[in-house]
Amino acid sequence: MIRGKVVIAQDICKGCELCITSCPQESLGLSDKINIKGYRFVELVKDNCTGCVNCALVCPDAAITVYRQRKEVFKANQNMKKAV
Amino acid sequence: MEHTPGTSEIRLMKGNEALAEAAIRAGLQAYFGYPITPQSEVLEYLAVHMPKRGGVVLQAESELAAINMVFGAAGAGARVMTSSSGPGISLMQEGISYMASAELPCLIVNVQRGGPGLGTIQPSQGDYFQATKGGGHGDYHMIVLAPSSVQEMADFVFESFRLADKYLTPVMILSDGALGQMMEKVALPPEGSLPFIEKPWATTGKKPGQKRRIITSLFMQPEEMEEVNLRLQTKYRLIEKQEVRYEALETDDAEIVLVAFGLAARICEKALTLAREKGFKVGLLRPISLYPFPSKVFASLATNAEMFLVVEMNAGQMVEDVKLAVEGKRPVHFKGRMGGMIPSPEEILSEIETVIENEQVNT
Amino acid sequence: MKLPPITNGFEIVYKKPDTLTDTPMHYCPGCGHGVVHRVLMEVVDEMKIQDKTIGVAPVGCSVFAYNYMNVDMQEAAHGRATAVATGIKRVLPDRFVFTYQGDGDLAAIGTGETVHTVNRGENILIVFINNGVYGMTGGQMAPTTLLGMKTTTSPYGREAASAGFPLKITNLITQLPGALYVTRQAVHEPNAVRRLKKAVRLAFEYQLLKKGTCFIEVVSNCPSGWKMTPQESNKWMEENMFPMYPLGDLKVPSQTMN
Repeated sequence: MIRGKVVIAQDICKGCELCITSCPQESLGLSDKINIKGYRFVELVKDNCTGCVNCALVCPDAAITVYRQRKEVFKANQNMKKAV
Repeated sequence: MEHTPGTSEIRLMKGNEALAEAAIRAGLQAYFGYPITPQSEVLEYLAVHMPKRGGVVLQAESELAAINMVFGAAGAGARVMTSSSGPGISLMQEGISYMASAELPCLIVNVQRGGPGLGTIQPSQGDYFQATKGGGHGDYHMIVLAPSSVQEMADFVFESFRLADKYLTPVMILSDGALGQMMEKVALPPEGSLPFIEKPWATTGKKPGQKRRIITSLFMQPEEMEEVNLRLQTKYRLIEKQEVRYEALETDDAEIVLVAFGLAARICEKALTLAREKGFKVGLLRPISLYPFPSKVFASLATNAEMFLVVEMNAGQMVEDVKLAVEGKRPVHFKGRMGGMIPSPEEILSEIETVIENEQVNT
Repeated sequence: MKLPPITNGFEIVYKKPDTLTDTPMHYCPGCGHGVVHRVLMEVVDEMKIQDKTIGVAPVGCSVFAYNYMNVDMQEAAHGRATAVATGIKRVLPDRFVFTYQGDGDLAAIGTGETVHTVNRGENILIVFINNGVYGMTGGQMAPTTLLGMKTTTSPYGREAASAGFPLKITNLITQLPGALYVTRQAVHEPNAVRRLKKAVRLAFEYQLLKKGTCFIEVVSNCPSGWKMTPQESNKWMEENMFPMYPLGDLKVPSQTMN
């Protein structure tokens, strides 16, 4: 599966959890810590993000940046696995 | 006036039409208005002539909408105006307050009719308070110019746009139904004689690398809101210093000074002649800028004149400003007609005789 | 926050557009306003029209919209956004002009301006956020409040007998010949956001046609006003708001232009 990762602006996050609900991989969860605004912020809790962007789409605070593995890197990794 | 003498065109026109034609010649780019007697000719004239001369003219769904269209267009940098009469001007107060706060230049014309309420379509000067004291909510003023002839209906359009751009403020021409409807000879300055100024603050689209423009009258922090108020008040003090306009007629030896603006001043001029013929030493002071009010001139007049007689087509509005300016040094009398009634020169003459007689009895 | 575009074999596939400012939004957690702001600015960013776009902010929760959308903006009086936008568009006809208004602003105090702006077919985009409540003033009844819905000014639930019916103003303006494109969207889940973005893109493109007004209603939530968590509010919205305000296109240009 193609890999992704998210970077969450933790000081901007208001912990509304809409991203958590929208994540098909259940990769996101609320932190036990609180941010500068006093909200428990969202963080990546599982290393299975696919970079589908759903979380960023529903984020009301534009707090989420999504990365995805570049196709050529993904293909190279696949080929390497096959070779192994 | 700034136009070159000799290049004007002489025409016979209604006050409202002269004002509209002058607006086009002053570079009006957009007009938003709503019909109301006795100013509808402004909208009608512009509806005929603006499209041919490349301007926007839009009949809005209400005066409320019209003034907010003026807000938008002024904020976008256009030379823009609206016109109405009492009831419509009342509806516009919201937008005028917002524009004063957002510091947007525009021209608002009030061709006054009798009030209060729906009132009458006859000429009146009952909107003096509303025009000069702000009218809407919050601490603000408009510059208010009061024409007393068709010529001034035209001239003051140029002056208003110039002042609006200079001070970034709404400017009002406070006219009335008689001046709007009457026909007189008018010299119209040539088109393009009023230059346009740069408006870097206008919302025309954020240029790359430049700061974007926000036009707002919302300042939530009280410190910031007070700052805005202080800036406005500084501007008003400057306007009071620099933009006072009045006309003094035969005041040098006057024992009784008539004070009147607009149409009432024209009638007082005739009354003055009649009174002089009878041997009364009468003068006339005509405030042209109602805000800023020519307070200072009253201080000097009060040293020579024995009394003032304020004549207005209302229940006594400007008289309060005259009293403040005279500071109790001399008696200030008042003669007013209301509800669309126009005082006659003879009526004013008889009032002059009455107040002189009463003062003599009292002293 | 500046992040590298490519790192360690990963590349950015989604980030906040530069047309949104870095100012943190003042909206309550889970409020739909932020998403709609972002979608609007994503389209402005993608169409590269930041230098030609002028927005008009309303009075309501989104009164500070101009703090977040990084384009030239004007703040209108309550309900007058479309009149202000008319003034702008008429003197700058080649610019993209949009208003952003809530239900109180657009469908109560600004009903006259809304109807007549659309009826004139002003070539602007009107974005209408409908969450059935006055958020900014603390949760009072709006023209779009559902029957039976409790607000601070309909504490026993809205009753038609005294407070009238929920106003489907979007359906109403659909009837006007000046309306070019009318659609009702939402932002409660990822695909809804994708659909809204398509609609916004179309609406901006349609402005170039100069054939009429584009009107996008976004049925949205108000967790604070509805006294629910963001998740609960979205669920409640799907179950109660959507039946009254069904999503989808109400009018598309082909119908108008033929």
